[in-house]
Amino acid sequence: MGLSSIAYDLGSGLNGPMSISHLSSPRQQLAFSAKSCTGSRACITVRAADGNSGSMRAPPSTVRASKLVTNAVAVKSETASIAATKSGHELLLFEALREGLEEEMERDPRVCVLGEDVGHYGGSYKVTKGLAEKFGDLRVLDTPIAENSFTGMAVGAAMTGLRPIVEGMNMGFLLLAYNQISNNCGMLHYTSGGQFTIPVVIRGPGGVGRQLGAEHSQRLESYFQSVPGLQMVACSTPYNAKGLMKAAIRSENPVILCEHVLLYNLKERIPDEEYVCCLERAELVRPGKDVTILTYSRMRHHVLQAAKSLINKGYDPEIIDIISLKPFDLHTIGNSIKKTHKVLIVEECMRTGGIGASLRASIMDNFWDYLDAPIMCLSSQDVPTPYAGTLEEATVVQPPQIVKAIKQLCG
Amino acid sequence: MASCAASQTSFLLQRSASSSYAPASSSLFLAARSSSPLPSLHLSSASTASFPLRAAEGRKGECGSMACAASSTELVVEKPVETREQPVITKEEGLMLFEDMVLGRSFEDMCAQMYYRGKMFGFVHLYNGQEAVSTGFIKYLKEGDYVCSTYRDHVHALSKGVSARAVMSELFGKATGVCRGQGGSMHMFSKEHGLLGGFAFIGEGIPVALGAAFKTKYEKEVLKNDKADAVTVAFFGDGTCNNGQFFECLNMAALWKLPIIFVVENNLWAIGMSHYRSTSDPEIWKKGPAFGMPGVHVDGMDVLKVREVALESIARARRGEGPTLVECETYRFRGHSLADPDELRKPAEKAHYAARDPIVALKNYLLEHKLADEAELKSIQKKIDDLVEDAVDFADASPLPPRSQLLENVFADPKGFGIGPDGKYRCEDPSFTAGTAQV
Repeated sequence: MGLSSIAYDLGSGLNGPMSISHLSSPRQQLAFSAKSCTGSRACITVRAADGNSGSMRAPPSTVRASKLVTNAVAVKSETASIAATKSGHELLLFEALREGLEEEMERDPRVCVLGEDVGHYGGSYKVTKGLAEKFGDLRVLDTPIAENSFTGMAVGAAMTGLRPIVEGMNMGFLLLAYNQISNNCGMLHYTSGGQFTIPVVIRGPGGVGRQLGAEHSQRLESYFQSVPGLQMVACSTPYNAKGLMKAAIRSENPVILCEHVLLYNLKERIPDEEYVCCLERAELVRPGKDVTILTYSRMRHHVLQAAKSLINKGYDPEIIDIISLKPFDLHTIGNSIKKTHKVLIVEECMRTGGIGASLRASIMDNFWDYLDAPIMCLSSQDVPTPYAGTLEEATVVQPPQIVKAIKQLCG
Repeated sequence: MASCAASQTSFLLQRSASSSYAPASSSLFLAARSSSPLPSLHLSSASTASFPLRAAEGRKGECGSMACAASSTELVVEKPVETREQPVITKEEGLMLFEDMVLGRSFEDMCAQMYYRGKMFGFVHLYNGQEAVSTGFIKYLKEGDYVCSTYRDHVHALSKGVSARAVMSELFGKATGVCRGQGGSMHMFSKEHGLLGGFAFIGEGIPVALGAAFKTKYEKEVLKNDKADAVTVAFFGDGTCNNGQFFECLNMAALWKLPIIFVVENNLWAIGMSHYRSTSDPEIWKKGPAFGMPGVHVDGMDVLKVREVALESIARARRGEGPTLVECETYRFRGHSLADPDELRKPAEKAHYAARDPIVALKNYLLEHKLADEAELKSIQKKIDDLVEDAVDFADASPLPPRSQLLENVFADPKGFGIGPDGKYRCEDPSFTAGTAQV
């Protein structure tokens, strides 16, 4: 039901249409409301981008017929007619990140980027493309391959007044910087008695990609989650990617911004006017009353795909993208649980010691009385991600599993 | 500055020409150094493109100029030998150096006393014997310069200007400590005085120091502040020089010509691991040229020699010529920490270095050159004793941190604790604060 499986591609092409039929911010609800989700199954199919690198080519034959809104142009005119202000612009998630970064670098000259291949190469996922030409080699610094040391260097620079952004080419590489992230980034504000602040942003792509092999397919959110003194967020759409990037840069706390390798080519229309997201707030993606589904990053899109099937079958899930992995937005989550009394957590992190495990504990601590059933948690298997496609697919949670879990939870 | 190289080195000749406890090649090196008529500092300019280390080894017997294997045209020209009566420092400077070293020594001795009396706990690493390195470098920095240290940081903090009261309070874990009692012995920080820490893991402070140096360069070139010339000095030990962060930072510092000085306090021991048992090439200064920066070896038990190297390397960094690696041969008179029984080091080695006590050496120098008399030096000692006593009294009288302080300073922006139902911080939410965090 719905579109064919959402296929993500890393670099330069997309295998199938990308659906952003779950746009959550108010201006997007103009185009797509919960009602239309259940009723008309209207989805916004993203068309092939024009002239973008890494563009997507959506074969129209895979698009469902009848009540579907089949092209983004129609959506655009729809929003244009309703929206009072400008209609926004379309871009891919990596471009949204770049836009946020560029705006912040223009706004504050102390903001700088450092990492491997961020400068002349433009970033291995092109998030910093063009920035070195614009801001210079010192503001967009190409570092040697020494994660631990250049992360520490960012900490020292932040202590003495700059606002650096460290890019890990892959989140997994930041394992090499764990010493600096845990000991210095997280701790120095405290051990110095509040004298030094560390306004650092550490960002990079993680998550399971397309057969990238075990070491490039790690989910390290939970590794960093325990570190006291760090904040952590995960972006999942171009809108929140740009907003969270800006918020993270402006924050006085050290923030880890988790991106996902397969989401960089997600396309969305975002506002022209400046906006900043809140680092500590979860995003209500779809209101509902039967069950609360908590998710983040790429799994949001798997959940939404499963939701189509569920809605067809008459379920009414409330979908929350938790966004803030540390601290959890227990306010939003709690309000939802008080309404639905059932929780399913869908995450890409490992089963053992993952974000889901931690979230489950938090929910039980705070909202035990509101639960009608044990909290279910779907996580990745505790295996190093295999190379083979079939095995890799089995490592992460897939939409049919989500559907099955909801049926189990809700009856 | 007038130099009295000959008298200075000859003064030291008596002390250091006796055998050192290094393998044969190093002792030759040390002997050659102390018998040299040239000052102990030989820095080449940054054009270190051709750096034949073998040539350095060949030069060993020639003169003490082993800092780096640069071509001889770039070596410091031999300074004219002055008469014995001319000291290299003024009286004020001499007394300043003396006082700072005495402060370091007295403070550390008091720490040991307080530790055994149960006033401070945990790991306490004392600096006795190494005062010349701290004083020799830090006293020649200016306000706005940065110092980054290790767990052996009390004296670096004191030399940099942190008050003895604040350091002692911190050691006692009191709220008036320089880090509000939250850091402890190994985590001394002072934003006011540019002390960037205080780190428990070896090597992890070096990148932080590099960041401060990077900030100077950034300020100059991106923020267009011509007056930005802050220099950063990173102190660390011989054990750290086998750690990856050391090498990674040497590379980046030389690559970007950052205004940083890497000061190795080579006291030959990393807890119980002898430098010679853990290092393939024990001559650490040689590793500088491998990365494209000058490497200098200096007698770290002699504050005047350290001073000379410090002045040159600080000036170099401030001029924008880049980093320097300085290896200071020094020694800690006590164990690694107050918990270390210090059984592995041979008594003869300890005696050798005890005879080279930097404070005694400077005292004799001041007396010999009539820069001060016994009475003056004694009064300085008394002044310091009173200061340290006062620091202890202050720390004793200071309050312990209240429980409400526990969650402060975890985040610069407390929103990191989350936002509660009414927009207030979650740390006020009973579910969060129930349990041991009773705030």
